[in-house]
Amino acid sequence: MAGDAILEVRDLVKHFPLTQGVLFKRQVGAVKAVDGVSFDLHKGETLGIVGESGCGKSTVAKLVTRLEAPTRGTIRYRGEDITRAHGRSLKAVRRNIQMVFQDPYTSLNPRMTVGDIVGEPFDIHPEVAPKGDRRRRVRELLDVVGLNPEYVNRYPHQFSGGQRQRIGIARGLALRPEIIVADEPVSALDVSVQAQVVNLMERLQDEFGLSYIFIAHDLSIVRHISDRVGVMYLGKIVEIGTESEIYEHPTHPYTQALLSAVPVPDPETEGRRERIVLEGDVPSPANPPSGCHFRTRCWKARQRCADEEPPLAVPENFAATLPDQPVHHPSACHFAAERVAVVPPAGV
Amino acid sequence: MTLLEVRDLHVEFRTRDGVAKAVNGVSYDVGAGETLAVLGESGSGKSVTAQAVMGILDMPPGRITGGQVLFQGQDLLTLPREERRRIRGARMAMIFQDALSALNPVLTVGYQLGEMFRVHQGASRKEAKAKAVELMERVRIPAARARVGDFPHQFSGGMRQRIMIAMALALEPDLIIADEPTTALDVTVQAQVMELLADLQREFNMGLILITHDLGVVADVADKIAVMYAGRIVETAGVKELYRSPAHPYTKGLLDSIPRLDQKGRQLNVIRGMPPNLLEIPPGCPYNPRCPLARAVCRADDPPLYDVAAHRASACHFWEEMFDGR
Repeated sequence: MAGDAILEVRDLVKHFPLTQGVLFKRQVGAVKAVDGVSFDLHKGETLGIVGESGCGKSTVAKLVTRLEAPTRGTIRYRGEDITRAHGRSLKAVRRNIQMVFQDPYTSLNPRMTVGDIVGEPFDIHPEVAPKGDRRRRVRELLDVVGLNPEYVNRYPHQFSGGQRQRIGIARGLALRPEIIVADEPVSALDVSVQAQVVNLMERLQDEFGLSYIFIAHDLSIVRHISDRVGVMYLGKIVEIGTESEIYEHPTHPYTQALLSAVPVPDPETEGRRERIVLEGDVPSPANPPSGCHFRTRCWKARQRCADEEPPLAVPENFAATLPDQPVHHPSACHFAAERVAVVPPAGV
Repeated sequence: MTLLEVRDLHVEFRTRDGVAKAVNGVSYDVGAGETLAVLGESGSGKSVTAQAVMGILDMPPGRITGGQVLFQGQDLLTLPREERRRIRGARMAMIFQDALSALNPVLTVGYQLGEMFRVHQGASRKEAKAKAVELMERVRIPAARARVGDFPHQFSGGMRQRIMIAMALALEPDLIIADEPTTALDVTVQAQVMELLADLQREFNMGLILITHDLGVVADVADKIAVMYAGRIVETAGVKELYRSPAHPYTKGLLDSIPRLDQKGRQLNVIRGMPPNLLEIPPGCPYNPRCPLARAVCRADDPPLYDVAAHRASACHFWEEMFDGR
């Protein structure tokens, strides 16, 4: 499953300037949407990124696809620095890193037919499909995502939400990319339709050897689809590891609180869970707290947390554990500790 | 006496393309201190039913074509407008999903909370403001006295939802209808708001109708569940029974199709197809085109709600098969 890293992201930073004044704009601050994010994506794996609204997860998606230019940091695709790529080299990168958007209603042009939407990537990258062959390729793509190829001449409004998301996925697949960045691809869909799209994405991954960056706020879906998971809070990754490390042995208090807050659709499990209810709201990313960003809501916070920012590394107290121990994974907390049974296993 | 009884409610919408049958014979009841969860996907009729109960359905295009809404024994659908208005807000109140659009952006939250007392109880401005502060404290908004003059946009999503809850509670109603109260909130805030709502319900012994599409939220707080599909109730049961052994294939399909935090599996079971178009609900059982159990009879006869056990009902011809083999 996991091979070489095809995407390496290091210390990625994106600050959006806050300005004041109309004629003489001066910068009065910055929204630190992404504030030092690093991760690797391996061939054929799914990296899930979870976090609450405003944590910067969607900005990460836009930076990786180069829809936004990062303030600092590097993004390497197959060893090549694409952080400042432009013109022809950027075009080549984009062919290989495609995006699927959240809202299947606004991400498809209502005046274009499905055939035109799915075939549009070929206009920009004509080398992928010669002109005469496009019609056939589009029909093939529709078939692959489970839509009737006869629908090429229909318009987006003639489809349901789930079908539209399939169209968005077909468009993402058109150029045979290696990486697909999916930003909340199922959260706008009805519950009974979400599973169809998740299963489709898993099947396509096996079929085409795709790597996914799967961004969502729904922790259950992220667990289901991901091999590794990164948890974001206020512009930073606070904990990252394999799916079972994060979900069964989280050591960061934010991850623990987040997991304990997710309701489980089973009253018997639900009754046995200990819930950590966090106080207050996420602070503004324009003015994040000093030291550890989570300290204002953390029940473990002490003076050290305000003075010193914890690095994202295997915590000191677990450094002596063997690398194959589940607690041996990066967690940005001075007082990282395991907590028993945040999510008790089902059926016990 | 039951607090609220909805009997055989029918609601339709006249549209350019035809008549959309949004609610087709829905019955449920809620007692004081009880929580009924109404579960369904978009278009299942769960919100329209609530709007009809509350008396805030847009008519036209909506039309109530049959049924009764008995609130403390009195049929609300036959009451004159003015009497209805006196009940709404005072004896039954509603919490909406999107607090930012439900609150007036150009009035302070203190003014909007106080309005309840000025309109329904004839309180003076000063009294109303004092009561607004009291309410904000009750829903645990920090520094309530300082924030009573703030506008809705100055609050975070979770705090705005608390203000909505405060407004619903203002006149200590007997019944609260919460329509997706936590859907727009982050999970950590969602937990805070649900806890608050449950505490207040206990304190005031209110009936609560919780409308949601989230099977997880329901598991924790509801006493009983009504599952809706295509404007009908397809299953009613106590929470534990419903999750342990669903008696309708749609409920089972829903439970099997959601990934669970406490389980890691590869393939999710899928409900094929999509929810029906309300302009042309399939004949027979509306779920038959998507149902793995469907047979000829399902395409011909719409199943009634069968009593399948004590306090349990299922609108499936083959409910007995749902209980076999487990």
